[in-house]
Amino acid sequence: MKKIKGKAWKFGDNIDTDVIIPARYLNTTDPEELAKHCMEDADPAFASKVNKGDIIVAGRNFGCGSSREHAPIAIKACGISCVIAESFARIFYRNAFNTGLLILECPEAASEIETGDELEIYPEEGKIINLTKNKIYHTKPLPSFMKEILEDGGLIPHIMKKFR
Amino acid sequence: MKKRPMTLAEKILATKLNRPYVEPGELVEISVDLTLANDITGPLAIKVFEKTGINKVFDPKKIVLVMDHFTPNKDIKSAEQVRVCREFARKYGILHYYEGGRCGIEHALLPEIGLVGPGDIVIGADSHTCTYGALGAFATGVGSTDLAGAWITGKTWFKVPETIKFIYYGKPKPWITGKDLILYTIGDIGVDGALYKAMEFTGEAIKNLSMAERFTMSNMAIEAGGKVGLIEPDKKNLSYIKNRLKREALILKADKKAKYADIKEYDVSKLDLVVALPHLPSNVRFVKELPQKIYIDQVVIGSCTNGRLEDLAIAAKILKGRKVNPNVRCIIIPATPNVYYEAIKKDYLRIFIEAGAIVSPPTCGPCLGGHMGILAKGERAVATTNRNFIGRMGHPESEVYLAGPAVAAASAVLGYIAIPEELGLKEED
Repeated sequence: MKKIKGKAWKFGDNIDTDVIIPARYLNTTDPEELAKHCMEDADPAFASKVNKGDIIVAGRNFGCGSSREHAPIAIKACGISCVIAESFARIFYRNAFNTGLLILECPEAASEIETGDELEIYPEEGKIINLTKNKIYHTKPLPSFMKEILEDGGLIPHIMKKFR
Repeated sequence: MKKRPMTLAEKILATKLNRPYVEPGELVEISVDLTLANDITGPLAIKVFEKTGINKVFDPKKIVLVMDHFTPNKDIKSAEQVRVCREFARKYGILHYYEGGRCGIEHALLPEIGLVGPGDIVIGADSHTCTYGALGAFATGVGSTDLAGAWITGKTWFKVPETIKFIYYGKPKPWITGKDLILYTIGDIGVDGALYKAMEFTGEAIKNLSMAERFTMSNMAIEAGGKVGLIEPDKKNLSYIKNRLKREALILKADKKAKYADIKEYDVSKLDLVVALPHLPSNVRFVKELPQKIYIDQVVIGSCTNGRLEDLAIAAKILKGRKVNPNVRCIIIPATPNVYYEAIKKDYLRIFIEAGAIVSPPTCGPCLGGHMGILAKGERAVATTNRNFIGRMGHPESEVYLAGPAVAAASAVLGYIAIPEELGLKEED
């Protein structure tokens, strides 16, 4: 996994999938279309402000609510390279791995990082460097099974490897 | 390997895996008895499935597609999504494809027509798949890719969850239903209070709940972050599945000495009717303790949480001979065609229409801000649905207050969030 560099966008606790991608836009599965409305009900201008590689940082229970996979798809398609949170809701957690969106659990980083901070992430090592605040955080290590899925390029390639 | 005491969740997984026991934290790969998708998550799962180039599903009898969210199709794009599902169902011989007049809200429909039963392993690309926990099924929501994976292999993976046990005792006051119990519980433990964990609902008060109320409770396990919301099968459960389930049920119980991550106890005789204020299902208050009147613009009685006949019965009892407040739109949505039909036979629909309510065909509709009752900026709704997140039912500056059918119906008449006692209704019967 390559190094990631980007600017942080900070959100609070319990960011639900209705906020990430409101249901009024779920009459399509097109990533580009979904990306236009990413985080719209939390910050209407979010999709237009984000630069490729930027990072979402949030509090507890990120991605709670609906099972819509459109949520990690919208986040990824609008250019976000990684989501750091104190904790993730379980369906979102699976969906993120399955769709190839990198997510990291790190309570310390989630609480200290602010919008605008420049971050550098080394996913393999579980290391987050806050260049703005000059701090280093260590994430919880990825479960080996999840790492396997990521290395295979998502759930489907992982399944196909065994299935064929 | 020797046996060891297990929670209900562990017991189901171990039994299905043909193992003496499973331990919380371990990863297991397990065969699924049923998979489910709807008109929103189905097209995405189909897209993922078709990309693999595999042109065979694991078992066309174990795939259910329910077109319930944006139906009757609200716009061209929604109609296209349903078409994708319909064509997929035809191509692969999917037996259980539901659309139009055979279609109800998925989590009310599947138990009603006997597609799920005790001991089943069910994954659904819809977070409220946990509803079937009320039947004693290990049922949980997944995303479209996980679902597509299961369509190929017939299997999925789970981390064996720890279990929190919730014990309810005491006799509830009039009008209190399972909805009040589960909202109160979520208010107590928070929207991530059961994150990654199984919830096991037990105690004499659960035994006394109707199956409809049990479905309501298990339905909202996800609102506390839970993976499943299980209730041990008992006589009521068995009489519910009799004449519905067409296969042998796997009846399992939790072991007395099972290890729980936590045990919570509630005396339901102390509960009053509750409401969850915006914008979290955990933001729960007793209605009679609200500091001021909260005026409303809309009431929705329906959804996979509270759109069953028992819910409509409560609404009918309250709306009978009364009028919906002129400032309120009261939308009632029977969850399935069968619920609709029974509500006609019991004369509920006449009561609703005479009261000035709107009766909609079965659909998820407004619950997720799809159609059939979208809120404008600043509008407020009392809904028997399951989520009150920002923008859930419409404009991001609208508000949803979650409650059971009694509070919803009383509020529809009075125009503000109210309890039936305010209408002079003392006893439930």
